[in-house]
Amino acid sequence: PAFGLFIFTIARDPLRIIILIAGAFFWLVSLLLSSLIWFIAVKASDPQDERLQKGLLIFGVMFSVLLQEAFRFLYYKLLRKAIEGLVALSEDGCSPISIQQMAYVAGVGFGLMSGAFSMINLLADALGPGTVGIHGDSQLYFLTSAFMTMVLIFLHTFWGILFFHGCEHRRWWEIAAVVIMHLTVSGSSFCNPLYVGSLVPSYLLMAAAATWAYLLSGGSAQNLRRFLLCKC
Amino acid sequence: MITFMNNSDSEEEPCNERTSLMSAESPPVPSYQDGLQASEAGETQAHRKRRAGSSRGPNNIAGGEMSGSGVPVRERALENEEEELTLKYGAKHVIMLFVPVTLCMIVVVATIKSVRFYTEKNGQLIYTPFSEDTPSVGQRLLNSVLNTIIMISVIIVMTVFLVLLYKYRCYKFIHGWLILSSLMLLFLFTYIYLGEVLKTYNVAMDYPTLFIVIWNFGAVGMICIHWKGPLQLQQAYLIMISALMALVFIKYLPEWSAWVILGAISIYDLMAVLCPKGPLRMLVETAQERNEPIFPALIYSSAMMWTVGMAKPDTAARGPSQQTWDAAEDGREHLRSPSHAESQMSETRSPVPTRPVTSLEELEEEERGVKLGLGDFIFYSVLVGKAAATASGDWNTTLACFVAILIGLCLTLLLLAVFKKALPALPISITFGLIFYFSTDNLVRPFMDTLASHQLYI
Repeated sequence: PAFGLFIFTIARDPLRIIILIAGAFFWLVSLLLSSLIWFIAVKASDPQDERLQKGLLIFGVMFSVLLQEAFRFLYYKLLRKAIEGLVALSEDGCSPISIQQMAYVAGVGFGLMSGAFSMINLLADALGPGTVGIHGDSQLYFLTSAFMTMVLIFLHTFWGILFFHGCEHRRWWEIAAVVIMHLTVSGSSFCNPLYVGSLVPSYLLMAAAATWAYLLSGGSAQNLRRFLLCKC
Repeated sequence: MITFMNNSDSEEEPCNERTSLMSAESPPVPSYQDGLQASEAGETQAHRKRRAGSSRGPNNIAGGEMSGSGVPVRERALENEEEELTLKYGAKHVIMLFVPVTLCMIVVVATIKSVRFYTEKNGQLIYTPFSEDTPSVGQRLLNSVLNTIIMISVIIVMTVFLVLLYKYRCYKFIHGWLILSSLMLLFLFTYIYLGEVLKTYNVAMDYPTLFIVIWNFGAVGMICIHWKGPLQLQQAYLIMISALMALVFIKYLPEWSAWVILGAISIYDLMAVLCPKGPLRMLVETAQERNEPIFPALIYSSAMMWTVGMAKPDTAARGPSQQTWDAAEDGREHLRSPSHAESQMSETRSPVPTRPVTSLEELEEEERGVKLGLGDFIFYSVLVGKAAATASGDWNTTLACFVAILIGLCLTLLLLAVFKKALPALPISITFGLIFYFSTDNLVRPFMDTLASHQLYI
């Protein structure tokens, strides 16, 4: 689905593609930094201690989430400057791309990159023999991973919109809400393999974020109804 | 090199790849500027004839414009608009370059992942005589550094040789050289590649069929690249030969040498293009003085202008095209003569990276697109292919390098728009790529693996 989003909404406009790739790049850099921190922490600690390792992992995850949001903010700043530049350059005084579109594309960029990193090795392994969970792990590993990744990609997209909107209008609580949601989703994934603990809240949160983002982008119930009724 | 229609010389025998980004003097100007410029461009254009085989086209617009009186003044006056124009359409150009670079990388990565042949170590090129099978780390490092030095010096020698040839107008020689190397590339390497792919998938093919297929492929390729042909086909061929070259490099360069060479070549590129005495720069300047296209070369152009025997229609098309940017962009498919690059692949066993050359002539077609040297393609693909082949983190590392290279390309194009002269395309991208490769492989991979094993998501 995320790829479909890409094809239908982003691939047409070159500027959006650039923003997408840059968004992916920012996510990557944040991942790099967070894994650097984690790596240092692990190396500096005792590899035998299971609890400590687990604790470090949790710390790494949380830190990474915070870093991702920080980079999202940095990216917002960059895009802001870029938009001013584009407005100045354009012939008729208005920017070829609005900040909301940028927010959407940035969110997709983040999401795609995060999803790709989560899934791609899994997919490559999935081409191998079909022995999922043969060692007593859950057999639904692939399926749940797929769903989780998808929900995460969508969430990143919505968070992008919400985040940028919050920055635009200086509503700090929106930004805080995004960060808290992200932390919650990552935290809920700690419940794995108890999948009901992680997938269900994530999907609920995604639905909430989706409606919120939709409302923020100017949609409303009437628009939705008109869209559905007219088209089909 | 990435250039806005500048020429730069392309390749030398062993891997020379010149990647510089050049921006011709009169890049964005033509587009919607005054009719004056358009007509001037039209005139120069009318006079240009592209040769089917000869490399020197008549003047390029740049030449014409340079000799024109008001160009510098006009340029300054229109600088703002030019910049706007450049940056505005910059996005489109960037995408026009993203797509072929991505395609090339995809081809290389797909081949590396599936065909065993290219990851086996079956010997080395004569340019890298020192083996890396030594037991100690220090010795290995030393060997790779020595290999790099040899490779780079070969490249430098070849570049200087080419520049000298060009200076003394030995065009026939250069041409013959280019044709010979492209011949070898198209036939020999394709044969090897096809053989290996067929072996991997266990598909039987008899010799007559093979001969026919390769003959067709090679012949069409030669014609397309050195002479005329549809733009898409030519671009496809350029991508394919870049991929083939990159594959050969990946196979025959030993591990550490490859990384050191990548680093060294970006530094070389930086110096060769920007230093006043750099060979590439001298080549560009010579070509500009003579108002000639440097080499129809080893350049990939996102859109090309070709005005062979089309004087009238050209000027006619030029007029409206000047007014309507988009119409011009879409309307004309012109070919460029890239054979240059192939020629660089010479008779020697090792393929030579070609340096990107951009022709000055195509100037007025600034919106026609940016030109990126094939050597750039090759080295980007070598980086990503090596990442795919040797990284244990597999796809994550490959993806990370891919994104890094694309971002580097973006930044370079941005700089091109700002500086408007030939710029090296390699350094930024390769630096990003190398940083990301090493850091992803060593830092991110354990992190992601641990996360994945616990099924945690960040």
